[in-house]
Amino acid sequence: MHDDSLRALAREIRVAVLTGAKRANVGHIGSALSIADIIAALYGRVLRIERPDDPDRDRFILSKGHAALAVYAALRARGWIDEETLSGYCTDATFAGTHPDHHLPGIDFSTGSLGQGLSFGTGAALAARLQGSGRRVFVLVSDAECNEGSVWESVMFAAHHRLSNLVAIVDANGQQALDHTHRVLDLSPLEARWAAFGWRAHLVDGHDLPELCGALSGDDSSAAPRVVLAQTVFGRGVSFMERAIKWHYMPMNDDEYRQALDQVNH
Amino acid sequence: MRKAFIRTLTELAEDDERILLLTGDLGYTVIETFAERFPRRFFNVGVAEQNLVGIATGLAEAGYIPFVYSIATFAVMRAYEFIRNGPLAHDLPVRIIGIGGGFEYPSAGFTHYAVDDVGVMRVQPRLTIIAPADHEQAVTALRATWRQKGAIYYRLGKDDVNTVPGLNGRFEAGRAQVLSEGRDILLIAMGPIARQAGEAARRLTAHGHSVGLMIVDTVNPPPVDHLRHALTAVPVAMTVEAHYRVGGLGSLVSEIVAEHALGCRVARCGVADMPVGRTGSDAWTAAQHGLSTEGLVASALRALS
Repeated sequence: MHDDSLRALAREIRVAVLTGAKRANVGHIGSALSIADIIAALYGRVLRIERPDDPDRDRFILSKGHAALAVYAALRARGWIDEETLSGYCTDATFAGTHPDHHLPGIDFSTGSLGQGLSFGTGAALAARLQGSGRRVFVLVSDAECNEGSVWESVMFAAHHRLSNLVAIVDANGQQALDHTHRVLDLSPLEARWAAFGWRAHLVDGHDLPELCGALSGDDSSAAPRVVLAQTVFGRGVSFMERAIKWHYMPMNDDEYRQALDQVNH
Repeated sequence: MRKAFIRTLTELAEDDERILLLTGDLGYTVIETFAERFPRRFFNVGVAEQNLVGIATGLAEAGYIPFVYSIATFAVMRAYEFIRNGPLAHDLPVRIIGIGGGFEYPSAGFTHYAVDDVGVMRVQPRLTIIAPADHEQAVTALRATWRQKGAIYYRLGKDDVNTVPGLNGRFEAGRAQVLSEGRDILLIAMGPIARQAGEAARRLTAHGHSVGLMIVDTVNPPPVDHLRHALTAVPVAMTVEAHYRVGGLGSLVSEIVAEHALGCRVARCGVADMPVGRTGSDAWTAAQHGLSTEGLVASALRALS
């Protein structure tokens, strides 16, 4: 997929996030907008997936599961789930709840409890190596998720075992549920921390699609796992949501929805 | 039990490449049998039980059957949410080996006493829980279950010498093991403490009581029909477990009695209070909680009176 199409996919994801969150009257909008470009880069270009049930496909784990709506939009764009599933977000008997469930085609692992996805992904990367497969594993964590000690257990293991087929992506939007990360539990210097644990760290603009694609695709020649520290803006694309703590939880009223949709479409 | 288990696992691994062994940096003099035979299928993940289970989840999704090894308290409780959201939620064949159910690390203190592991694990409907009574049964149970669907918790002891007289390593899916039948009281035991329960049963028999003895080895899913049938035949049942009285075998038997409105009374032998503070030998520690042979006989006589 070339750059214009990637940009269109990112826009499609943002529109789906707003539409789905409004229809279901739920929050986590800012978190999903924050990763819209990362998800577009992954599903539009980076991930090697012929079919979602191919055992040798690349794996993707949304460890910050609360932003699942952005992934559902990408699964819809790839044609792995239908429109009814996407528009059934958070309705009765759906597999598409606020957190991803592996019963949904295209979801490799269920998540929702922060600090677990990278560990699953580390096992998945180790399995690929044991099986002599070239498949890769991408795990998207939030920056605040790095508060969880279990993240660093996986970080140490992956570096020790030189799992170069493992790519962690940190959605570094600097925010968490109740405040900004530097006021809750300061993570800086994030790049130096990952590097000190033996990972190849790449700092990128998390909304620059070509830059994201380049960093995510990377090269697997070095014997170390890679982390892409994607500097993002929480709520990206909707001016009144950007960097606003409120939009971690709050749903939109009708006026806010119209304004948000208008901004994302232009 | 743990050595026999790992030896058997090594034999099984000869024929099935899906078997892997991961440890949270424990198992000195135990895991070497496997590690030396299959160095590329053995991983010491370090002192990191959450990641131990998380990695096993990722491996199992790709088709492996990973066995993870640690002391029971750490394997179960530190990693509990990973077990729940990983192998259980994804219905994957991760095998959790927890060493030291009860007081098998007696001088190590309460951090090493797995007296709540069965309780927290038993509430998980998808989890198979196997608590062998001796090393011969551990081998049979492993051979019978290792390739089944879904996750398994093997609650193992350290004793690779003593056996439960009369058990002869028997293990049958969906059934408990009956070692003796009796009309006055039925002792129902879980784990290696079945030996003390067996000795207590012999002494009670010598006192003129008609005593039955059953061993529940598959704790989940429980052998409900078998237990129900046995409980119908006696006025009193006494559960014996190196575990809290709440949540484990005593609760399991009480649930069956209540749900089926059986007429028998249930006396629960187990740990009543948190075992913090003074430590000692396993015999001393068990005695503090009424789980010595003498303690069990006394409890049975009270229940019979």
